[in-house]
Amino acid sequence: MPSPPTLAIWKFTSCDGCQLTLLDCEDELLTLAGQVRITHFPEASSEVLPGPYDVSLVKGSITTADEQLRIHHIREQSHVLVAIGACATSGGIQALRNFTDVAQFRALVYASPEYIDTLATSTPIAAHVPVDYELRGCPIDRRQLLEVLSAFLIGRKPDLPDTSVCTECKRRGLTCVMVADGTPCLGPVTHAGCGALCPAYRRGCFGCFGPMTSPNIPALVSQLRACGLNEDAIQRAFRTFNAAAPAFIEEVQYRRTQCR
Amino acid sequence: MNTPAAVVIDRPGLDGLIRGLMADGYQVIGPTVRDSAIVLAELDSPDQLPAGWGVDASPGHYRLRPREDGAVFAHSAGPQSWKQFLHPARQRLWSSRPDRTYTAESGDALRYAFIGVRGCDLAAIGILDTVLAGGAHSDSAYARRRRATFVLAVNCTEPGGVCFCASTHTGPAVTAGYDLALTERLDAGEHGFLVEVGTEEGARILAQVPQRRATAGDVEEAQAEVARAAGRMGRQMPEVDLRDLLHQSRESPLWEDVASRCLSCANCTMVCPTCFCTTTEDVTDLTGEHAERWQRWASCFEIDFSYLHGGSVRPSVASRYRQWISHKLSTWHDQFGSSGCVGCGRCIAWCPAGIDITAEVARLAEDAGRGQQDVSAQPAG
Repeated sequence: MPSPPTLAIWKFTSCDGCQLTLLDCEDELLTLAGQVRITHFPEASSEVLPGPYDVSLVKGSITTADEQLRIHHIREQSHVLVAIGACATSGGIQALRNFTDVAQFRALVYASPEYIDTLATSTPIAAHVPVDYELRGCPIDRRQLLEVLSAFLIGRKPDLPDTSVCTECKRRGLTCVMVADGTPCLGPVTHAGCGALCPAYRRGCFGCFGPMTSPNIPALVSQLRACGLNEDAIQRAFRTFNAAAPAFIEEVQYRRTQCR
Repeated sequence: MNTPAAVVIDRPGLDGLIRGLMADGYQVIGPTVRDSAIVLAELDSPDQLPAGWGVDASPGHYRLRPREDGAVFAHSAGPQSWKQFLHPARQRLWSSRPDRTYTAESGDALRYAFIGVRGCDLAAIGILDTVLAGGAHSDSAYARRRRATFVLAVNCTEPGGVCFCASTHTGPAVTAGYDLALTERLDAGEHGFLVEVGTEEGARILAQVPQRRATAGDVEEAQAEVARAAGRMGRQMPEVDLRDLLHQSRESPLWEDVASRCLSCANCTMVCPTCFCTTTEDVTDLTGEHAERWQRWASCFEIDFSYLHGGSVRPSVASRYRQWISHKLSTWHDQFGSSGCVGCGRCIAWCPAGIDITAEVARLAEDAGRGQQDVSAQPAG
C-alpha cells in the first residue's frame, strides 16, 4: 500500500485563527488523519518531520527578512502550496503598516523597539512564491478547507467560485440587509466562500474574504454613502482585513485624491 | 369540468383553506414577515400570513410598512420568488458509492401548496414550465414538483413602486394556471375574498370551508379593483418591440454607462423569478469513496459563468449586463417563444445599486428613436 500523502501547516505573521479552523473540523479530523500524514503542524503536534511535502497549507503574511527566506524554502519542499487566510492572501490586518511608517508604530508600541526586526510592509505569500490555490477569509471557511483537501486527495480541481457574497446570500434565501434595512454591506464586491455568514445574522459583510475579481467599488461606495457612512467610515471599511488587496488600495487612494 | 360560480369567503375561511391544504398533506408555502421583509416560507399556521403589512419599494430600496387594515396580500414582490421551491438554489443530481454504482436523485415527494401567487409570478412559473419542462430534455425533478403543486393565486390589488406587470401583460389579474384564485376585498370594515375555481382539486379544497355565492356586484367590484391596480403600477416597460430594440442596441453606449453603476453582484438574476441558469459542482469526501454531483444557481453576471479554457468570454461588466437584458427581453423570444420578463420589479428593488430595467430600456428606446430620426433626416441617395 502506498504511503499516504504528507500535509504540512506553516505559520507566518498572523494570529492562529486559520490553523484553529483546521482543528475545528472535529467531525472530519480523524478521517483526514487516516488519509494524510501530518508531518508539520506545530499548533497540534510536536512531531516535525522533514520534507518534501505533498501539500503545504501556509497561513500568515511575510513581515520579516527571515520569513522572506523561509517561504522560498517551503515552496521548494512543497508539491502543492495553498495560501490560507486574509494574511496569506493579501497581507492581513497587519498590512495597515504598508500605508504608514512602521518605525513610528514600533517606537510607540514597544518599550525597547531596537529588539524588533521587521520589514516596512506586510505582503501576501503570492508576492514571494508561486501559489497553487488561495483560500480567502479571516478566518478561512472550514468547508472550503475540506473542499481543497478532498479535491487534492482525489485529484480534482477544487470548487472555489470567484463571485460575490450576494450569490451565496441569495442562494440561502436571505433578505438583503442593505436593501431592506439600509445596513452598509461589502457583499457586492467581496469574494464568496463564507456562505454569507454575517448577512445570515443580519450584519453587513465586513469584506474579510477580500475583493472578488473586478469589483465595482465606486458603485458600492455610492450606496455605502446612501446608507449613512461618512468618508472616514467608508475608508475604514476597505482598510481592515484586506487593506493591501490591490482593488481596496486603489479605491482608498482614489478617494483621497478626490477629497483633497 | 364546468366552471363553478365564484364564491366569497371571509378571513377565517381563508385560514380554513390553508388548514385544509395542510391536513391534506400539502407543504404550505406562503408570504410571512421575517428579517425586515415579506418572504416566502413554509407556514405552520395561517396566523403567519403578513396581515396588516404593506411594502414600500423603489430602486435599491425595500421597507415594510404597517397597514391600518388586516390585508394579507396587499404587498408587492419580496426578495424571493417561487423558483426557490420549484427550482431550488442547490440540489443533488446523483451520488456514487465505493463500488462505483450511481444513484440518480429521484427527487423529493413534496406536494407544495403556494399561497398568494400573483399574476406576474404565475406567468413566471409558466415560463419556467416552458424552459425546464417544456423541451426535449425535461428537468424531471422540476416537472415532478410542478405537477404536485397546488396554486392559490391572488389577483393583485396593491401593486408596488417597482411593479410593471400591466405593461408586460402578465398582471395584475391572473388568467390561468391556478387551482383557486382570490381577490382580496376590504370594504366597509369587511375583510373578504372573492374566490374563483380553476381546477377540480381547487373545488375540492374550497368545498371544505364556509362560503356564500358571489353576487354580480361582488364580481364587478373585484374586477374594478384589479383594473384600478393596473393603473397604479409604479413603473412601466416602454411599449416598443423590445425584441427588436435590444437586437439593434448591441453597440449602444448605454452598456458602458450601466457598467459604471452595476456591481455585477448577480442579485438581479438571483431574485428574478425566471432566471434559471445553473452550474454543477462535483464533490467528494475525504476518503474519495463517496462522490456527488450538485446543481446550483449560477448567474451570467459571475465572471466564472462564461469561463472557457483560458478565460471568460464576457470579462467586462458591460458585456455581462448586455447579455442578461438581451436574453431576458429579446433572445428569450427566439429560444422560448415569449419574453423572460414578467414585470415583478424584483431586479429593481433588490439591486443594491438601484439599476432600473425599465429606465435602461427607456433610454435605449429613446436613443433608438433619435437614431432613426437622424437617419430619416439625411437626404436620400
